[in-house]
Formats: sequence, C-alpha cells, structure tokens
Amino acid sequence: MKRRDSLKTLLVGTVAGATLGSTIGCKTDGTTTTEATSEVAEIGLYGRTPKEIAHDKKITGQVYLNEHELTTIAVLCDIILPATADAGAATDAEVPAFIDFIVKDIPSHQLPIRGGLMWLDGEANQRFNKEFITCSNTEQIQIIEDIAYPDDDGKKPLMAPGIKFFSRMRNLTLTGYYTTRMGLDDLGYTGNYANVWDGVPAEVLKDHEVDYDPAWLAKCVDQSKRMDIAEWDDAGNLLT
Amino acid sequence: MQIKKSSTVYDAIIVGSGAGGGMATKILSEAGLKVALIEAGPFFDPKDPVTQTQMKWPWESPRRGASVTRAFGDYDMSYGDWKVDGEPYTQKGDTNFLWWRSRMLGGRTNHWGRISLRFGPTDFKHKDVDGLGDNWPISYEDVKPYYDRLDKMVGVFGSNEKRYNDPDGFFLPAPKPRLHELYYIKGAKKVGVDVIPSRLSILTKKLNNERGVCFYCSQCNRSCNAYADFSSSSVFVIPAVNGTGQVDLYVDSMVRTVTTNDEGKATGVSYINKKDRKEYQLKGKTVVLGASACSTARILLNSKSKQHPNGLGNSTDNVGRYLHDSTGAGRAYFVPALMNRKTDYNEDGVGGMHVYSPWWLDAKKDKLDFPRGYHIEVWGGMGMPSYGFGFDVSSLNKYIGGAIGGYGDKLRKDVKQFFGAVVGMAGRGESIALRDNYCEIDPDVVDQFGIPVLRFNYKWSDNERNQAKHMIDTFDEIGQAMGGIPMGERAGKDKDWGLLNPGQIIHEVGTTRMGNDPKNSVTNKYSQLHDADNVFVVDAGVFTSQADKNCTWTIMALAMRTSDYIIDQLKKQNI
Repeated sequence: MKRRDSLKTLLVGTVAGATLGSTIGCKTDGTTTTEATSEVAEIGLYGRTPKEIAHDKKITGQVYLNEHELTTIAVLCDIILPATADAGAATDAEVPAFIDFIVKDIPSHQLPIRGGLMWLDGEANQRFNKEFITCSNTEQIQIIEDIAYPDDDGKKPLMAPGIKFFSRMRNLTLTGYYTTRMGLDDLGYTGNYANVWDGVPAEVLKDHEVDYDPAWLAKCVDQSKRMDIAEWDDAGNLLT
Repeated sequence: MQIKKSSTVYDAIIVGSGAGGGMATKILSEAGLKVALIEAGPFFDPKDPVTQTQMKWPWESPRRGASVTRAFGDYDMSYGDWKVDGEPYTQKGDTNFLWWRSRMLGGRTNHWGRISLRFGPTDFKHKDVDGLGDNWPISYEDVKPYYDRLDKMVGVFGSNEKRYNDPDGFFLPAPKPRLHELYYIKGAKKVGVDVIPSRLSILTKKLNNERGVCFYCSQCNRSCNAYADFSSSSVFVIPAVNGTGQVDLYVDSMVRTVTTNDEGKATGVSYINKKDRKEYQLKGKTVVLGASACSTARILLNSKSKQHPNGLGNSTDNVGRYLHDSTGAGRAYFVPALMNRKTDYNEDGVGGMHVYSPWWLDAKKDKLDFPRGYHIEVWGGMGMPSYGFGFDVSSLNKYIGGAIGGYGDKLRKDVKQFFGAVVGMAGRGESIALRDNYCEIDPDVVDQFGIPVLRFNYKWSDNERNQAKHMIDTFDEIGQAMGGIPMGERAGKDKDWGLLNPGQIIHEVGTTRMGNDPKNSVTNKYSQLHDADNVFVVDAGVFTSQADKNCTWTIMALAMRTSDYIIDQLKKQNI
C-alpha cells in the first residue's frame, strides 16, 4: 500500500479518531518542506530539551571543515552516489551539509576525515600534479578505484590510508543520503505513517514460501473490531 | 541554609513517577487520599508537540538520530541514560555496572520495550526447585488477582497459551507476525524452540475512551502521543493529577532523605528543588518509595538517624544487597532469502517484536549446566533508516560471493538488496540473587546536590556465563534453521560468551527485597519496611528474585497490591 492510499484509508477509516490529534502522519505526499523543517529545527521542535537546543546551537555555530574540504567532500559524495534515472545525487540530498554537521557533532570523525582528504590531495598531486577536485573525472576515478575496495591480500599497502578514509566517506554518505526523503524513496521505505497493520501481503508470503498458521491467526487482532472496547469473560476470552 | 517546611500533612508521599510510583499515585488518589508525588525530572506529557519525537523523520534531526545527546538516539524518550549530568555513580574494584536513569515524569516507562510478562508460579518459589536464592514470601496466587486487574486497567496484547509458568491473562489480540518473524517461527520450530505471540502493553484494540488505539508506527520507545502504549506519565500520573484533584505534583525535585521521628517512624521527606537548589520538607503519614530499585536503596541508606543509624530499613544490613539484573546476550543473522524483498508495503508494526520464545526447557530434566532460563526476543525488518544506516552494508557481500566495497550504482544496489535481510535474536534470562552483589553509599562522592552517591559491586557467576553460552548456541541453531548466516564474531569463553554487563538490560531488582524474616530481607510481603511500618517500596527493589521475564508488569501488580494494603491500613489506623 502506498502512503497516499493508506492515508485515504485512514481518513475514511476508524483510525483518525480524536486522540490521534494533528501531530502525526503529516508528511504523506512524498515531498519535503525544507522551510518548515528548518523552522522546526530552529525552535527545537524535533523534541529537544532546552539543553539539547543549546547543544545544537553551539554545534551549528562552530566551523570545522573549510571550503576546500567541503568542495572535495561534495565531489566524493557524488562519486559514491551519483544521480540515477530515478533518484538524485548525494549533493541533491544535501549530504555534504550533513557531513559538515556530523564531524562537529561526533568529533571522532574529524581527524580521519581531515587527514583522509589531505591524503587524497597528496595522492592526486603525486599522480597528476594537481589537487583532487581539479583532476578530470577519469583521473579521479583512477584513484577511487584504488581505494574503493578492501585490499585483503595486502597488494596495495600504500593505499591503506585511502581505503580506510573512503570507507568512512562511503558510510557517512550512505547514512546522510538514506535519511532524507529522497533516500527513503530510493530505498523504497514506505513506513512512518499511521496505518493498520494486517499482516504480510499474500504475494509476499508466496514469494517467501511462508504462510500464516490458522491457529496462530485466530489469536490475532480482527482489525474491523479494533475500535470496539475490549471485554472478556472470566476465563480471559475476548468477547468483543 | 534554612529548610523550608510545608504545613500540609499528606496521607502519602510518593517518590518517583515511573511504573510503581505512577500506579501508587493512581490507586491512592482515586481512593481519596491526599497525595504528594515527587519526581526528580521535569514534567512530561507524550502528547506535548514541543517534546514529541514520535513520527519525526530522520532528517528532522541534524545528526539523523545519532546517539550524541541521548544514548539510544535523538528520538528515544528518556531524559537521562547511563549518565545523568552532575549525578555520578561509582564502581568498586573491577565492577562495571551500568545504571540507566530517566529523569522525567513517567521515568523509564516512557521509552521501555512494553514487554509485559507475568511471573509464573515457579518464579515465586524457585528455591523449591533448585535450592538457589530465596523463595518470595508470596505466591503466584497472591499476585494473580492484581495481574488480572492490571491487564484490564492498562492493556496488554498476547494470547492464552496454557503454559504453566507463563500464565494466561486478559489479553488484547496480538498483531500478525511480520515477514522476518515468520522466518523466525519456522526456524525455531524446526529446532524445537517454542514461539508464541509476544505480550506487550500496547493497545491493539480500544481499551477505554481515554486512550487511543495503536496505529502501528513501531515507535513506542518515543512514547505514544495517542496514549496507545503504556507510559506511567500518560496512563497513570496525568489522569490522576487532572482527574482526582488529590495529587500535588512536585517535579524537578530530588529526594535526599526520608525523615523520621523519635519512634523511628517516617514523618515525610526532605528534597532538593533543582530549580532554586534549596532544601524543602514535606510531611506525610506514609512514605511510598518508587524511585527505582537502586535510587530507593540510596535514599534509604542516606536516611540515617539516631533510630536508624545504619540507614532507614537497614538494621540488618540488607538494603542495596541482592541486586540483580537480567542476563543478556544477542546475535544477528544475515538471511539471503530475505534479499531483494518487496518493499512496497508498510511493515513498521508495533514497537518491538510481534512474536517471542518464552523459556521452553527445564534445567533439571534437560540437564543444563546453569539454573533458571531465559526468553528470546526477535528483531529485524525494514525499519526506518537513521544514523548508522548503510554503514559497511557492502560487506554483506562476503556471504554471497559478491564484491565488497565500491561506489555508484553497485553501491545503491547493495543498499537495496540487503534492506531488511538481517534478523537478530536477544536472550534475556534470570540470574541468581547474591548477597555480595550490591550497591552502597560511596563515602567519598556526592552529587551536585550534595547527596552521597551509589557505588556498585557486582560480579557475574558461572551460572550466568553458562546461560549466555546456551543462548548463543540456541541462536546459532535457530539462525541456521531459518537459513541465516551468523554475522560478526561469536563471543568465546574469554568474553563470557557475549554476556552483557550487569545493569545493561535495565532490569535491576532486589535491593530492598521482601521476605518473612527481617534478618535477611528489608520489606515484608506487603512491601512494607520491617523497620518502619509507614514506609513502603513500590519499585523492583522488593523482588526476591527476578524471573526470566521483564520486571515491569510485576512492579505494577505489586504496587497495586501494596497501595490497596496502604488504604486498608490507614482506614484501620494501623499506621
């Protein structure tokens, strides 16, 4: 079920009772309102305590990565996740801004990222006599090919720092990307909205050669009666 | 500094607003008693949009939910975790006890797993079976009526299974298993491990007109704004404060001591108002401690007087002793058959597992090398990504002969093909309470309010280590039977078979245990101090033994029972 369909079901169905309020399951149309998001972040409405708001303000006010480093990160992010026919590139999902924030928030990232970027420029200088970002795409990929895979046999000992760095960049890029609307859509994650779970779809059960045991199902909720107030007999049998 | 005293004399002063304190607040205030409820943290209501994290998207957090300011991540609803600023605790020797404290209205119930398991008949009398530890002074039959009331009052889904030591109750219907849970059921059954619907205090069906019904966002750890899961804040305290007019709520107030008179009876409490950092006193006919097992022990040990020179309730040196937590070990499995699964449906489900395995063996009959047992919790599925998602995702290729590493389209393919293909198991078992595992007052350290802090002394024994080995052996069997490949290194003997730290399961109990003999217990069978009959404990401190269950449902059943007893005793003017 798509989010939009589900919301429709929800509104005509019984879930949208008074207690749900207006605060849940809002963003269902697949778009992000960056304006609203930044305003919400500003006043701490992702559920922050005053101390946490102060922490966020402090981190946001700091500068760690410089312009050259951020530009290089942007190039790397888009090598790691370039645009496809269906989905935007890492920079479209503002992954560099996430990395800029997270290295300040989790300082253990700082030295490996800063040092790794410098290592990359050093390697580019050695090979092509220019910094990584001014290399041609082909030249960049030549270096990336040497650091994008583990070197289990130890054939490329000089690449070891680069391999370690690229692995960290890949991790942060993936996390930064797949925690955005664009990323969730690319992944196919379809949750985080109010719905009524009524079991695995039949075609999925078939795909996986599993099925519900009727005796088990008999213990499960009949979703058509979910809004009937529960009553039991003295033996604990549900009557409603 | 002059201590500010209030002239009101409360019928009951309740310390702590979690599972036990919340229950006591509800029962006592509804009976018409004048109650003061004291909470060390701020006011919290799960439906307040300012503090709400439920239904937030990962990008609404600039760190995407990473655990920088909250140990279980940005959206976890716990103010305070293994550390509370300005309120340290210390360790004795090489002890590494982990102590989770939630400083907020409702305490840890705002984020807990909602796993709500009654203790069974054997659990109350396990010494009769294996000679270890001590029997409770009460039996399942004593508590059953309260479990029954609790099921109907708070709501718990599950199923009646006619299992002797996992008693039936009044259950709401269970949610249907998700795909990874069907794999688990298949695997477990193949190797002879029982599986039944889980038992969680989440409303899959309407319970009353005050609370909503679960809308399957799987975020109970964020506390439900529709009040469709059990949190003490939303289900007990806020309705009691608003509904009865009998409750004076003191938040941001840290109790230092229970005050006593010349006869040794409690007269009230002394507390620090965190806002103005001044000390205040309240007077009460009774004091009901529900600060959590260790915090209650701390208050009692710090309540020294001429009549109670060793601390209140501690004339026989039992306060803080017999501290025990559940055992825990876990393991994850990569299931190739779950690769490239259909993602076009929402399988968030309820918060936590839809199925679980209650303890299925018998230590004696099955000739196990450890006493007691454990239950198995299952996790997996297509969860909402947050910080950490995608980390080393391509390394899963090693299990299927694919290339590790890379970038671009290859990487996107990896992320998608492996999404939802990992299933995990966690064991939660019973340890034996030992007199030498304890918390005590550290003579050298005070917190920022000048209150002496706790120091922990705790060692696991081979009982728990062998149990952890059995857990991971069983997980590997089930994992294999469901077509899974174990991930990561299997913990060996040198790492206690993966046994987690004491305290880490957050089921710490036993510090004010109940018993008939004051020589080896702190409270009697009504959770009343042997040494001061108008002081009661309503948290897990009173547990004589932990079962292979979670403690919350029993905390609440006992808190209800003790509250009834308090009402009765006040009526009879016995206290």
